[in-house]
Amino acid sequence: MKQQIIVSGIGGQGVLFLTRVIAQAAVNRGIAVLTSETHGMAQRGGTVLSTIKVGDFSSPLIRTGQADAGLLLWEENLPVHKPLLKENGPLLVNTAASGPGERIDASGIARNLGNAVLANLVLLGLAIRQESLFCTAEECETAIKQLAPPKFVDQNLKAFHEGLNGN
Amino acid sequence: MKQKIELLMGNEAIGQGLIEAGCQIAAAYPGTPSTEILQAIIDRRTQAAEPLHIEWSVNEKIAFEVALAASYTGKRSVAVMKQVGLNVAADPFMRTAYLGVKGGMLTIVADDPGPHSSQNEQDTRLFCLQARVPVFDPASPAEAKDLVPLAFELSEKYEMNLVLRPTTRICHSRQNVELNAPQKLERNANFEKDPTRWAATPAFLPQLHRKLNANLEKIAREPELQPKLSPGDGSHPHTALVASGIVYAHLVDLLDELGLRDQIDLFQVLMPYPLNPDFSKCLQQDYQRVLILEETYPLIELQLAHPGAVGKQDGTIPREGELTPDIIHQVLADFLGLPSPQELPPPHRGQRPSLCPGCPHRAAFYSIKQCFPKGIFPSDIGCYTLGLNLGAVNTVHCMGACISQGAGFYQSYAQDGEFPTIVVTIGDSTFFHAGIPALINAVIQQARIIVVILDNATTAMTGGQPVPHMGVAAAEKATRAIAIEPLVKASGVDFLETCDPYDKPAFEQRLKEADAYIRSEQGGVAVLISRHGCIMDPHVRKMQVRFKVTIEDNCVGCRKCVEAFECPALSMDNEKNIALVNQDRCIGCGTCIPVCPVDAIIKEERS
Repeated sequence: MKQQIIVSGIGGQGVLFLTRVIAQAAVNRGIAVLTSETHGMAQRGGTVLSTIKVGDFSSPLIRTGQADAGLLLWEENLPVHKPLLKENGPLLVNTAASGPGERIDASGIARNLGNAVLANLVLLGLAIRQESLFCTAEECETAIKQLAPPKFVDQNLKAFHEGLNGN
Repeated sequence: MKQKIELLMGNEAIGQGLIEAGCQIAAAYPGTPSTEILQAIIDRRTQAAEPLHIEWSVNEKIAFEVALAASYTGKRSVAVMKQVGLNVAADPFMRTAYLGVKGGMLTIVADDPGPHSSQNEQDTRLFCLQARVPVFDPASPAEAKDLVPLAFELSEKYEMNLVLRPTTRICHSRQNVELNAPQKLERNANFEKDPTRWAATPAFLPQLHRKLNANLEKIAREPELQPKLSPGDGSHPHTALVASGIVYAHLVDLLDELGLRDQIDLFQVLMPYPLNPDFSKCLQQDYQRVLILEETYPLIELQLAHPGAVGKQDGTIPREGELTPDIIHQVLADFLGLPSPQELPPPHRGQRPSLCPGCPHRAAFYSIKQCFPKGIFPSDIGCYTLGLNLGAVNTVHCMGACISQGAGFYQSYAQDGEFPTIVVTIGDSTFFHAGIPALINAVIQQARIIVVILDNATTAMTGGQPVPHMGVAAAEKATRAIAIEPLVKASGVDFLETCDPYDKPAFEQRLKEADAYIRSEQGGVAVLISRHGCIMDPHVRKMQVRFKVTIEDNCVGCRKCVEAFECPALSMDNEKNIALVNQDRCIGCGTCIPVCPVDAIIKEERS
C-alpha cells in the first residue's frame, strides 16, 4: 500500500495537527510513513503545506502531479498546491463557495461547534466519507484520541463526525 | 527495555538520540529549523539515565562554549543551532578544531536550503571544510538519530568536535523511529588540566594542527562512514550517482518510480567532509560520468574534482535554492537521456505571512511609521521582521545588526548635516543575544538614534522559548530575572521610556519625545521599550479584554486598516468597497480602531 497526500492551508489553521493525525493512523497500522511540514515564518498566517507519504518511501516530499489526494483548508491555495495532485486525485476543499473538488464549509461547521480551528477535522471527516485516504474512520478516531489534549478530545471527535456523516 | 516505535519529527528524533547516547549537557539558542531539538530534550528529559543540564543560552557562541567546557570534563555534550548561528559561534568553533575535546561533543547545525526561514542558505558542510571539522549529512530522521551515538563514539575516539548537519526537510519531517533505552555512562566531571592544550599559545598550535590533520586522514577512512554503494545491474556502465542528505532520499524515491532503482551505481555519502581519498580514486578509475547531488554548495563535487562530474560547478544543477524532487527529476532525465518530465506549471506564491491579529508589534510599527513617515527603520531577526508589510522595516540583516546599522546610518547622514529620524526595532530575545554590545557602541559613538525594544516577553518566532528578563529557564525552571531597563541604563542611555503600544496616543507621545531628545543638545541614544506580551501566549490572551470588533456602514473603503495597518483579520469586500472583520481570526484587541479616519471600526464588550 502506498499513498501520497498533501494538506494545504495557512498558518494557524491546524494543518500540522491534521498531518499528525493522518500519519499516526499509518503508524498505528504498522505502515511506514514520512511527512514534511512547514515551520517558522510561514506559520504566521502564511501559506503552509504538509506532505504525507504512506508506505515504502525514502523522501517526505512529493513531486508535481504525484499526490494521490489533497486536503485544502484554504481555498486560495488551489493555484499554489493543486499542481501537486494527480489528474484524477481526489481534492477536498474547505469552502462555502463552489468550484473544483469535493467541497464542504468546514470552517462554518466548525464555527457552529464553537471553534473555527476544528475545520481541519471536519475536512478529514469528509475525506474519509469520500474514501479518499488509506485509513478508516475508526483509525482516525483512535489517532485523534491519542493526539488531542484530553479536554478537547470530545470536541475534536464531534468535528470529525460532522464531516464524516455529512448533513 | 522493549523497543518502541514512535512517529517523530527529525528534530525530536535527534533530541531522543542525544538522551539515549548519554548526553549530559545540552545548550542551544532557538532558530528555525533547529529549535525543536532542544525542546525535545526538554520534553523527554525524565527518560535520561543520568543528570542532564539543558539550557537555552543567550546566544550560540555561549551555547557552544558551555557545551565545550562540559566536554573537557569528560562528559558528553551538545550545542545546537541553525546555520547562521554557527557564524555567531564561529570563533570558539574554529579553535576547537585544533584543541579538540574530551567527552564526546557534537555541534548540531540545521541548514535551511531554500531558504524557508533564514537570511541565507549557507552550507554548514562547507563551513566545516574551512574549519576542518568532520560533518555528517543524514538522509532521514531515523538516520539522523542513528548517527548521534556513532558521532559521540568517534568524537571520543579522536577527541574531536563533530558536526551533525540536518536540513529543514530532515528537521521538520516525521517518520516512524525506533526508541532505545538511554545509556548510563557513569562519568564524573574530571577536568585534567593541560595548558599546552586547553590554553594553547601559538607555540603549541603547529603540533595541534598536525594532530588535527592526522585525525582527519584517519576519520576519513572510518569504515562506518564510507560512502554506501547500492550497485546497479551493469545496464549503465561507467556511470554513477552520488548524493548526500535528504537529496539522496529524493533520488531513491525517484529511481523507484522510474524503475531504475537497481540499474545504476548509486553512492550515498554520509560524511561529506572529509571524504576518503580512496573514494575519489575509485570514482576516477571506474566511472566516466558522475552526477553529484547535494545541498546547498558543491562540497563533495569540489573534493572529488572528477573530470566527468555533472553538478553545480558546471551549472547543470541549479546553484541556488532547494533541490526539490521536481528539479532532481529534470536533472536525472538530462543526465541519463530519459524522456524529459512534463513542464512544471508556473509557481504561484501563496499567502504571505503577517504579524498575528492583535500582535503588539503591529501597533508599534504603525505608530513609528505614522510619527516618522520619512524615517529610516533598521530592524532585525524575529517575528517583527514582518514589520516589512507595514513599511516600517527597511533593513534586516543578522541578529543584533539593527542597532549598529542604525548608528552607521546616523554617522553617515550626520556628517553631511541634517539627519533623518532613525528608529531601530529589535526584539527582546535579539536584544539579549547580540544587541547589548551594539547599544554600548552606539552610546559611546554618540549616535542620535531611537532604539525601540519590542518586548513581548518571549522568543516568539521560534515558538516561545524563555528570555532572560522573565526569570524562567528551560523546562520552566525558575531563575534570576535580568531586567532590560537596568541594562539599558548601565549602557549609558539617558532617555529610557516604557510604554504599551496598544495605547496609541501615549506610545506616539513617547516616540515624539524620543525624537526631541535625540535632536537636543545633550541628545544621544533614546530607548523606548514597547511592552506587551506575545499574543500567541494563551495567558496573555486570557488576561486582555476581548472586544467584539465590527465595521459600521460609514466605512469609506479607504483600505487603510487593510493595507497600512495590515491586520490579517481585516479584508476588503471589493463589491461593496467596505472593510470586513473576519471573526474567526479577530482576537478583539481593538488596536485597529484609531487607525480608521472616519471612526467606522467600533468595539463593544462581549456579553
